[in-house]
Amino acid sequence: MKNKFGKVIGINGNMISVAYEGNAIMNEVGYVHVNDKKLKSEVIRIRGNRAELQVFERTSGIGIGDKVDFTGELLTVQLGPGLLGQIFDGLQNPLPELARQCGFFLERGVYLSALPKEMKYEFNPRVKAGQTVKRADILGTVAEGLFTHRIMVPFYLYDTYTVDSIAKKGVFSIRDEIAVIKDSHGKKISLSMVFSWPVKRPIDAYAQRLKPSEPLITKVRIVDTLVPVARGGTYCIPGPFGAGKTVLQQITSRHAEVDIVVITACGERAGEVVETLREFPELIDPRTGKSLMERTIIICNTSSMPVAAREASVYTGVTLAEYYRQMGLNVLLLADSTSRWAQAMREMSGRLEEIPGEEAFPAYLESVIASFYERAGVVRLKDGTTGSVTIGGTVSPAGGNFEEPVTQSTLKVVGSFHGLSRERSDARRYPAIHPLESWSKYQGPVNKRKTDWVRELLFHGNEVDQMMKVVGEEGTSLEDYIVHLKAEFFDSVYLQQNAFDPVDAATTAERQRYVFDILLKILIADYKLNDNDDARSFINQLRQKFLDWNGAEWKSQEFLKIEKEFLNFVFEKSTQSEDDVDERLQKMFS
Amino acid sequence: MRKVYSKIEQIVGNVITVKASEIKYGELAEVHSAHGMSLAEVIRMNEDLVSLQVFSGSRGISTGDEVRFLGNPMRVSFSDNLLGRIFTGGGKPRDKGPELLENMIEIGGPSVNPAKRIIPRNMIRTGIPMIDVFNSLVESQKLPIFSVSGEPYNELLARIAMQAEVDIIILGGCGLKYDDYLFFKETLEEGGAMSRAIFFIHTAADPVVECLQVPDLSLAVAEQFGLQGKRVLVLLSDMTNFADALKEIAITMEQVPSNRGYPGDLYSQLAARYEKAVDFEGAGSVTVLAVTTMPGDDVTHPVPDNTGYITEGQFYLRNGRIEPFGSLSRLKQLVNKNSREDHRALMDGMIKLYALYQETLEKKAMGFRMSEWDKKLLKYGEQFESGLMHLSVNIPLESALDRGWQILAECLTPEETGLRTELIKKFWPKQELSATDGKDQTK
Ligand SMILES: Nc1ncnc2c1ncn2[C@@H]1O[C@H](COP(=O)(O)OP(=O)(O)OP(=O)(O)O)[C@@H](O)[C@H]1O
Ligand SMILES: [Mg+2]
Repeated sequence: MKNKFGKVIGINGNMISVAYEGNAIMNEVGYVHVNDKKLKSEVIRIRGNRAELQVFERTSGIGIGDKVDFTGELLTVQLGPGLLGQIFDGLQNPLPELARQCGFFLERGVYLSALPKEMKYEFNPRVKAGQTVKRADILGTVAEGLFTHRIMVPFYLYDTYTVDSIAKKGVFSIRDEIAVIKDSHGKKISLSMVFSWPVKRPIDAYAQRLKPSEPLITKVRIVDTLVPVARGGTYCIPGPFGAGKTVLQQITSRHAEVDIVVITACGERAGEVVETLREFPELIDPRTGKSLMERTIIICNTSSMPVAAREASVYTGVTLAEYYRQMGLNVLLLADSTSRWAQAMREMSGRLEEIPGEEAFPAYLESVIASFYERAGVVRLKDGTTGSVTIGGTVSPAGGNFEEPVTQSTLKVVGSFHGLSRERSDARRYPAIHPLESWSKYQGPVNKRKTDWVRELLFHGNEVDQMMKVVGEEGTSLEDYIVHLKAEFFDSVYLQQNAFDPVDAATTAERQRYVFDILLKILIADYKLNDNDDARSFINQLRQKFLDWNGAEWKSQEFLKIEKEFLNFVFEKSTQSEDDVDERLQKMFS
Repeated sequence: MRKVYSKIEQIVGNVITVKASEIKYGELAEVHSAHGMSLAEVIRMNEDLVSLQVFSGSRGISTGDEVRFLGNPMRVSFSDNLLGRIFTGGGKPRDKGPELLENMIEIGGPSVNPAKRIIPRNMIRTGIPMIDVFNSLVESQKLPIFSVSGEPYNELLARIAMQAEVDIIILGGCGLKYDDYLFFKETLEEGGAMSRAIFFIHTAADPVVECLQVPDLSLAVAEQFGLQGKRVLVLLSDMTNFADALKEIAITMEQVPSNRGYPGDLYSQLAARYEKAVDFEGAGSVTVLAVTTMPGDDVTHPVPDNTGYITEGQFYLRNGRIEPFGSLSRLKQLVNKNSREDHRALMDGMIKLYALYQETLEKKAMGFRMSEWDKKLLKYGEQFESGLMHLSVNIPLESALDRGWQILAECLTPEETGLRTELIKKFWPKQELSATDGKDQTK
C-alpha cells in the first residue's frame, strides 16, 4: 500500500489535528515527525480532509506543519512464542529492553519489537505439504516454557489454503520462514512463527463459544465460597481508594488456578507493578515448580505514562490473553484499573469536543465497556480442545460511590461483583469484599445450599447489628446476640484472610470445602451459654484457636492437633453431641 | 533570533492568543507589558493561532504588547548552587541571591521506566507512633496529608522533614500563606537544615499560573539530585491549590469539566507529579510528602479523591492527630516485616480493637449500658489515644511497640486481643499476664 502523508494543523494536549489528502482509515496508525523522532499516533476522528489523532507520547515540541506518515494499518500486537514472562508497555514495547537502550527514563519515539528475531525455538511440524489449512489451524508447535505453543495459520487469513512447504523439525529463529501456503488463487504466502493482529478486534478463530461453567479457584475464600468466578467468566472489583483492589488482584495473580495470567496495570502506580515484576521471577508456582513469571505477561502503562497508550493497554492485554486461549489454555486477564482506561477515553472525548454524557464520560462508554468484557469466554477450538479467557477488572469510582457511570456500566455486563467496602477496609477486615452486597452468577466449589445458609446467617447477624445500634446490647436477647457472635465469628475466621501469611494467603478448594463443613457444624450447633459475656468469651476463645488453625499447613500435624482441640472445646459447650450435629447437617444439605 | 509578535488576538482569563508561525507545543514566550515581563507557555495551537498561559496573569496586558518566543520549554538551572536558595514559581530568585542560568534542565520530563524502579525497602523513621507503627513512611513513597484547613499540617510536614534522615529537602509551596513560608524557613534554619534545602515558593499573593510550575520545578530538581545518588524529600503544600489552578486554566480553555468544575484529566495531571517519587536502581531516591486540604472536610471531593487513588496512602490529620482510620501507608508491608516480628500483628490487632472502641463510643453516646467488654474497650481506647495517638508522643518505633503491648495488657486478656498465641507468649508483658489470669478465675 502506498504510504500517505499529512501535516499537523493543530495541537491540544495529546491530540493533534492533521490535514491529509486521499483516504484516511479510522483507527489507523500514523507517525508524527518531531525533530529526529517519529511519534506513534492513532486516528480517532476523520472529518473532511482533517483527521484527529491521539498521540501515544508526550506532544511537547510538535509544531504546526510537522509531517505525519499514515501507515494504513490498525494498532496491532505481535503474536508468537516468547510473549510469556515479558513486561510490555501499553503498545507492547518491552520495557526491560527499552531500559537497556535508553536508561532510567522512557524516551519517546523508541519502538522495539516485542518478539526480537534473535529468539529461537525448536519447531515441530504438524502438517505436511499438500494438506489443506484454514485460519488458526496448527502448522506446528514449539515448547514455550511450560506450555506447548501452537504455531497457527494467522487469524487474518480467511481463505482456504494448501500447504506448499513446511519446515522440518529443527531450531528456527522466530522470524524464519517455517511454512509457505497457497491461497485459492494460487498466491503463495510465507509464514514465520510470528504474526500481527489488531488489538481492538476480538480473536474469533475458534469453533464455538461455550457457557462458563467451571469455577476458577482464586484461593481467596470469600471469593470462591461466596462470590465465585468462573473460567471464561467476568468479574469486577469496584472499591474506594485503598480498599484493597490491587492487593486482591496481586494475590489472585499468584494463586489463581489458571495456566496463564496477563496483568494489565492500566493507569495505576508504577510501584505496584514493580513489586510484581521484581517478585514474580523469585516466586515458585506450586503447581508447576517453575517461577511464576513463566506463566505471566505484564502490560504496564502506569499513571504517568502517556494517556493514549493507557487506553490501548487493556486491548493489548486482552488480545494476548485471547491468543493463548487459542492454545487450549485457561487465561486470566486482570485489569487494574478499568476506570483509568475509561478516563483516558474521557480525556480524548473532551479534546474532540464530543457531547459529554454523565460526569463528562463519552456517551459510548457503556458499549465500549460491554464489548471489552465480551472478549472473555470459554471456547471450543477447532481441534476440539477448549480454552478460556476470564476477565477481572477493578473499578475506581469517584468518591467511592458505586452510582457512577463506569461502575454501573460494568455491573451490567459482568457475572460476578466483588464490591469492596470502606468500612471493612478501615476496620482492616481484609479482603474487604462486602459479603452481603456482592454477588455472583457462577457456581463455586462449595455447595450452594450450604453457602446460602451461611449468607442467611450473615444477613441475620447484620440485622441484629443494626438493631443493637438502636436498642443496645442490653435490649438484645441472648439468642440474637449469639447470632451476632456467630456471624462475626464466621467473618473473622473465614471471610477475612491474611494476605501476608504464607499459609493463610491461599486456601485450596479442597481445604475450603473441609473448613467450611467444620464451620457449619460450629455455626449450627447450640450452646450452653449463660449470658452475653459468657457467649462472647466462648466465641473469642474459639476464634483464637481457629485463627491458629488457619495458619497451619493443610493436614499437617499441627493442623490436625488444633482441629481436634477446638472440636473438643466446641462440643464441651454444645448442647448436642458432634454426631447429632452431623446428622442434622446431613438432613439439611443432602 | 526568535520572532517577536506585537499583536495579541484574544485575552481570556490568563490565556492570551497570538497569530504566530514556527512555534512548538509547550514552548515558552516572554510577554512584555507595561507592568514588566512575564513568562508564558504554549498550551494550544490551531493553525496559526497560538494560545499561551501567562505566568503572572493577564491583568494589565494590552493587545499591543510584545510576545517574544524563546524556542525552548520551561527549564530550571540544576547544580549544587541551588542549595540554600529560594525561588518563585516562575523559577526566579525570591531571596537576594543571583539568578542561576547554568545547566538548564527541562521540567515535567518523561517518566521513569518501571523496569528501572526497585522495590522500596527503607523505612523513614519519624518518631511519631501513628506513622512508624501503624503506617510506616518509606523512602521513595508518595504520600499526602489529608487535612481540613486550620490543622497543623505544615507543622507536621516540617517536623517529619527535620526528623527524617535525608540528604536534601525541597519545599514546593503552592498558594502557601506567607506566614507558613516564613515558618518553614525559620524551622529549617533553626534546625540547621537550610543549607541542604531548596525552596520553590508560590504564595497566595502570587500569580496563579506560577503555582502550576511549582511541583514540576521541585520534582525536576529532586529527580536530578536523586540520579546523583541523593535521598531527596520533596514537600508540597498545598496540592489542592495546584488542582484549583489547573481548574482555572481548564475553564478558561473551555474544557468540559468532569466533576465539580475540575478537568477530566485531573487524575493524570496529579499522577504525572506524584509518580516522580522513585527509588532509582543504583542511585538515590525521591520521596514526596504533600498536603491536600479537603474543602468542607470531604474526602470524596475530587482533589483528595483523585489524590488518594494516586498516592501510596495518606495521613489523615484531624483534631491535631493522625487518625488511624482513613490513614494508610501502602508501602508499610515492605518495611514492617523487617522491623520486629510483632510489628505487623500488633499494628492490625490494635487498630481492629480501636475500631471496636469507636463502636462502643457510639453506643455510649446513645446512652446504652456499658457491658464489661465495653468498659474494657473504653479503657483501651483512651490509653491508645493518649499513649500512642497524640502528636506530642515522640518515641522510637521499638518503644512504641512495647507501649502497645503494655496498653493491651492493662486493658484486655490475651484472647480478647485476637492476636496469635505464639506472639502473645513472646511479647505479653509478664506481670499483667498473671493479673488477668487471676481476674478470669474470679469470674
Ligand atoms: N488482603 C489484604 N491484607 C492485608 N492488607 C491489605 C489487604 N488488602 C489491602 N490491604 C492494605 O490496604 C492497602 C491498600 O490496598 P490496595 O493498594 O490494594 O488498594 P486499592 O483498592 O487498589 O486502592 P487504589 O484504588 O488507590 O489503587 C495495602 O497497601 C495494604 O496495606
Ligand atoms: Mg490499586
